[in-house]
Amino acid sequence: MIKDKTAIAGIGQTAFGKKLPESELELACTAVLNALGDAGIDRSEVDGLASYTQESNSEVELARNLGLGDITYFGQVGYGGGAGPGVIGHLAMAVATGQCRVGVAWRSRKRASGAVRRPWSKTSSSLQEELAVNYTRPFGVLRPVDEIALLAHRYMHEFGATRDHFANVALSQRRYANNNPDAQMYEKKMSREDYMTSRWISRPLCLFDNCLETDGALAAVIVSAERARDCKQAPVFIHAWAQGFHQQHQTMQNFFCDDPLHGPSWVTARQLYRQSDIQAQDIDVAQIYDAFTPLIPLSLEGYGFCARGEGAAFTENGNLELDGDLPVNTSGGGLSEAYVHGFNLITEGVRQMRGTARNQVPDAATCLVTAGEGVPTGALILRR
Amino acid sequence: MTDTALLPNIDDTNEPFWLGCRAGVLRLQQCPVTRRLIFPPRPVNPWSPRDKAVWTEVCGRGTIWSVIAPHAPLMLDFTLLAPYNAIVVALEEDPTIRLIGNLVPEAGAPINAIAYDDIEIGTAVRVVFERVNDEITLPRWIPLATGSLHQ
Repeated sequence: MIKDKTAIAGIGQTAFGKKLPESELELACTAVLNALGDAGIDRSEVDGLASYTQESNSEVELARNLGLGDITYFGQVGYGGGAGPGVIGHLAMAVATGQCRVGVAWRSRKRASGAVRRPWSKTSSSLQEELAVNYTRPFGVLRPVDEIALLAHRYMHEFGATRDHFANVALSQRRYANNNPDAQMYEKKMSREDYMTSRWISRPLCLFDNCLETDGALAAVIVSAERARDCKQAPVFIHAWAQGFHQQHQTMQNFFCDDPLHGPSWVTARQLYRQSDIQAQDIDVAQIYDAFTPLIPLSLEGYGFCARGEGAAFTENGNLELDGDLPVNTSGGGLSEAYVHGFNLITEGVRQMRGTARNQVPDAATCLVTAGEGVPTGALILRR
Repeated sequence: MTDTALLPNIDDTNEPFWLGCRAGVLRLQQCPVTRRLIFPPRPVNPWSPRDKAVWTEVCGRGTIWSVIAPHAPLMLDFTLLAPYNAIVVALEEDPTIRLIGNLVPEAGAPINAIAYDDIEIGTAVRVVFERVNDEITLPRWIPLATGSLHQ
């Protein structure tokens, strides 16, 4: 068991914005140096590297540019927004089993600059990569938002969720961002009327149901629990982590499985809590992957904060806000801080455990961090 | 739809499905052992991996499981049609088998002919076919109770 054997000793990030001048490689290097500086660990000690399969910078390029030494572990996790906690988890396993001693996880992206084509914007020659898109794209289900909107509308129909519930998610996260100077939406307030009158993207989902477009990079340093106790910052222990997807799951197209609203989060949660002393009722604060607002109620159900079909109602009465039952995405998340495939949810989880978050949950000692519902996913439980 | 960039790639695995569409029938894979239907098509039968799936004709009826209306920004010709509808159809033979498509008032009508607000989840539909080019014919869906929409 990997429980509490490793810790996140450092976190780093760049600015978040649109059309940042630096390349994705330069942004990645800055984030990694900031994370190492935060931990107080010299770059010569890094011997493990992990990122997302969709990361455009290779481990080799990162190591050559940062002047790293010998690398003894490297790996990548797939499925875009499903990867983040898995990247941390793979390094935790590598550190715990002695494959490396100082692991660095990172994600760098210039999504807001149009510099890199999104995977879903490729046309016919790439259709064979995912066989199932042959049965969606010809009918105009083209973008991730279209795929999630199909699930979201069914969720509304089956369980009585409304646009007001999705607005609860968008508005609570915007308020967090309005108190976070690092957030892209720091200065942009949003009202319920703003939400309700914004333009459709894929009805029933509107503009504010969608995450931001962001240039930026983040990184985290993973070491053994013993080593972390000697680092500059208070250690944040990786108490548990898990990955999962269910039988006949189809990435982003879960309508091609038996029970589309019972997604990968359920499998991941079962495996996560099986190895954890901390259960859903013990979680003080959660960072839940939020490329689209409906992923929050679906994930709340999957990770056991409420029963199936009750995720929408869980968002009522300010329940996701700082004084609610479960503060969620306290930096503003992907909807209002930055969208870097969910890596900012990991760093915010670390800040909450250190007690240094902009929207600090008083005395928070446990944090759930999840990757995306609707794709092969992963989750972490962090603790002080 | 004249742009072929977003049309399906026909390969050895899925050719019977698309040939079926050209012939005006909805044909799906089926496990010969368990009789379970399989969709989307795949090269290996998940319910009995050593027994090759067979192709079987289904009745072409189902119910609308979900519906969306994509708005711009979109790609290629879909931009010109937006907002259009896209639906998920749960098949009569096995409602856990779902196809993506579009609801149209009649075969050959554009996919933006029926508005999102006029489409209800649960509506019974049946398949029709629209020829795109010599190779590709796409399945579309019309309300089973003809005359219930846009009369």
